[in-house]
Amino acid sequence: MDRFVFLTVDGLSRGAVYAAFALALVLIWRAARVVNFAQGAMAVAAAYVAYTVSTATGSYWLGFVVAIVAGLLLGALVDRVVMRHVDHASPLNPVIVALGLVLLIQAVLGMVYGSEFRPAEAPFSRSALTVGGVAVLSPYDLFVFATIGVVVSGLAWMFARTPVGLRMRAAAFAPEVSRLLGVNVGGMLTLGWALASGVGALAAMLVLPTELGLHPHAMDLVFVSAFTAAVVGGLDSPPGAVVGGLVVGLLLSYVSGYAGSDLTPLAVLVLLLAVLLVRPGGLFAPVAARRV
Amino acid sequence: MPPREQLDDPGGRPVDRRRGSTLLRHLAVVLAAGLLLVAISYSVEPFRNFQLATVAAYLCATAGLTVLTGLNGQLSLGHGALMATGAYTVALCQTAFADRGMTGGWLLPLSLAAAIASTVAVGAVVGVAAARLRGPYLAGVTLAVAVVVPALAVTFDGVFNGEQGLSVPVEPPPLSLGPYFPYERWQLWVTGAATLLALLLLANLIRSRYGRIFRAVRDDEVAARLAGIHVARTQVLAFVVSAATAGLGGALLAVLAQSVSPGAFSLTLSLFLLMAVVIGGLGRLTGALWGAVLLVALPDLTHSVTEMLTLSPAVAQRLEGNLPLAIFGLTLIVVMIAAPGGVQGLLSRLGRALLARRPTRRS
Amino acid sequence: MSGTDLLVVRGLVAGYGAAPVLRAVDLTVPAGTIAAVVGANGAGKTTLLRALSGMIRPAAGQVLLAGEDLRGTPVEQLVRRGMAHVPEGRGVISELTVDENLRLGGLWRRDRADAGRALDEVYQLFEPLARRRRHLGHQLSGGERQMLALGRALVGRPRLLLLDEPSLGLAPRVVARTMALLRQLRDRTGLTVLLVEQNVRSALAVADQGVVMSLGRVVIAAPAVQLRDDVDLRHAYLGF
Ligand SMILES: Nc1ncnc2c1ncn2[C@@H]1O[C@H](COP(=O)(O)OP(=O)(O)O)[C@@H](O)[C@H]1O
Ligand SMILES: [Mg+2]
Repeated sequence: MDRFVFLTVDGLSRGAVYAAFALALVLIWRAARVVNFAQGAMAVAAAYVAYTVSTATGSYWLGFVVAIVAGLLLGALVDRVVMRHVDHASPLNPVIVALGLVLLIQAVLGMVYGSEFRPAEAPFSRSALTVGGVAVLSPYDLFVFATIGVVVSGLAWMFARTPVGLRMRAAAFAPEVSRLLGVNVGGMLTLGWALASGVGALAAMLVLPTELGLHPHAMDLVFVSAFTAAVVGGLDSPPGAVVGGLVVGLLLSYVSGYAGSDLTPLAVLVLLLAVLLVRPGGLFAPVAARRV
Repeated sequence: MPPREQLDDPGGRPVDRRRGSTLLRHLAVVLAAGLLLVAISYSVEPFRNFQLATVAAYLCATAGLTVLTGLNGQLSLGHGALMATGAYTVALCQTAFADRGMTGGWLLPLSLAAAIASTVAVGAVVGVAAARLRGPYLAGVTLAVAVVVPALAVTFDGVFNGEQGLSVPVEPPPLSLGPYFPYERWQLWVTGAATLLALLLLANLIRSRYGRIFRAVRDDEVAARLAGIHVARTQVLAFVVSAATAGLGGALLAVLAQSVSPGAFSLTLSLFLLMAVVIGGLGRLTGALWGAVLLVALPDLTHSVTEMLTLSPAVAQRLEGNLPLAIFGLTLIVVMIAAPGGVQGLLSRLGRALLARRPTRRS
Repeated sequence: MSGTDLLVVRGLVAGYGAAPVLRAVDLTVPAGTIAAVVGANGAGKTTLLRALSGMIRPAAGQVLLAGEDLRGTPVEQLVRRGMAHVPEGRGVISELTVDENLRLGGLWRRDRADAGRALDEVYQLFEPLARRRRHLGHQLSGGERQMLALGRALVGRPRLLLLDEPSLGLAPRVVARTMALLRQLRDRTGLTVLLVEQNVRSALAVADQGVVMSLGRVVIAAPAVQLRDDVDLRHAYLGF
């Protein structure tokens, strides 16, 4: 029972990160109809920038902030310099370009930082506090929950309640009409990329201390897990992405705890295939069978 | 030229009524290429032989991916994993043969056949799933395959020996070729023969009814369905064919390197393959050749460049490993934005432009 | 007269590919009037509106709004110049609520207080919308969508309203009400309207000027009364 509680909390903590990362994927998918396969690489790049700043200044928090800013800028840059110029007539094209970005970013990181693992420090202790003799959650888990809670509810508030959120939704749903109504659709798209990439960078900062550390490929498997989370929730649904992230986090934690951590990659693949073959629109989509 | 035939084939070459002669023409081209390879194998140094053999192994995989992505419109980011399947199968077979003290020229073809068979099985499973998926979903699933499958070598390290990998015992060249026959030349012969055979089959497939069906499904699924084509079955078939050649390519690479490890079949390899077919020109076997050449030539080129620059060993090593990747990635982006037809597309556009100008010059 | 011409179009050429759809269109709409553009299907009426609002870039010609040349003005700037375009099919964003759709129409405005007033006025003008504020666009009836599209344009307090086939798919009673509303807006607020219609009778009934398009050209521009009453013209160009 103790173990179950521990695995559940641990799963929710990882799941929160997957949720944020999946949310970032969904943001871009809704705005641009592109699954940003480069999001993992972009997030790692931001984390490396944070690493540089933190080692130079000795301040974790400065690095943390810089990572998010770097993520925002990188997202805007990728939209303006690359994605905007891709012919979206075939859905293959943006996917292929995103993969080119993966190669490019990972190679540049490899050239600058080498491919050995760098330590990714956690700002709070990762050893669990015990409540009534049961190890429950660590201060770091709390930090993760709080950060992601703030970000997710902040985004939800922004999209639902603010003028800029309304503009972004309108631009995503009906770009032509939105332009007629004075919405700067291109700007909203860039903002969407920036926000998504910023959230991705944040997720990387939160997940890397729980992994082997910083490495150009450090987010590859996280990306696959988050993509699975987004698919579980339905690529079009931000709340779905959050729930999907938690589901994937829990599943991986249980598999890793009860069957061995080596099996988690396989579990992700099986879950992804199962969801896509059984409920292609995601678990929360209306039942109407949709071809994906 | 009857217009109907032109309609069938984007290249504008006749397809239907001369199928017999198409086969003959392909055979002739393959034989000529084989003779050329043999001639080359005698005239260049062993290292170049090895490089050419590597090109041939990659060509298997890029040609298969060309059929899948270019001809059938299915994106696969998982071909590196399929190559790994072939490579590990060949390693296990060859080791089993060696352990039992078996020898003979037929063992390697048998191992290669087993590699193809096992990859076909894996490809069929992925292909059945792939046939139900489109666009980013298909890309995501195959990406997951690419990331997860190499990790299985660690999961089941009892069989696959983890990150260390397995060695692939390969017999020396047959004695009938003489005692001093260079091993690299023999490698080129083996991989060249296997690749040419695979290419012959693929080229005929492309020119056959199946090739047209593949393209019909790629161009318009609904129309294809209305025309009585079984879309899902076609897509699975394309995936299986493509998997078979990828498996062969991986097996040949393992034979060349005489070892396999998960690191050699990472996500990066899958992306490389995709990049190769995109840069070469999606949907053309000649494009696959360009891609395979690039895969071998570019790292070699950057190696020479980093050697020319005087760099500290650490920096040189970082550059050497990553510069080709960066160039690949950048090229992929630029090609997709500026020239979606790839190198081969550019060449044929150039050729057509030249051809189009000739009559006016005469008149 | 030319001092009060709100919209002047000279030699406008525009299209979608190599062959232009509009071939040298000339048109003048005085401020505070309604001009009805009529013509057969495919005559280029929608294309004209799209070229005016910059959704397609004209190949040649001039568009003056209150004397200002609109060439090179991005689409999203046109609302700031006082032009509102309700596109064919109305362009209600079905994933947004009625309230969000309406607010979107005034988001560009600096004067937030007046944007709020304009929103209230629209709710007063179209009561059914006020009752369905929280409903999503796709839950509305055809008539309600029409109100929403029109109301969303009005929230921006435009000088010139481009309307593409507002009567399409609506019951005759609703069409009549819409036309009456246009006349009322013209008379009360001085709104200028360029109204594209298939429904020639209703359009000419409300319009000051009738413009007949055929094969990408304006073939007649005359007072609407004249078009209504001249049987020969009607027979030749309008088929009734
Ligand atoms: N998006 C488009 N691409 C190409 N041609 C178009 C497009 N839209 C309209 N057309 C062509 O332009 C011509 C005028 O169309 P349109 O302006 O919609 O006519 P109307 O609104 O008067 O019925 C028609 O011949 C139509 O086929
Ligand atoms: Mg029209």
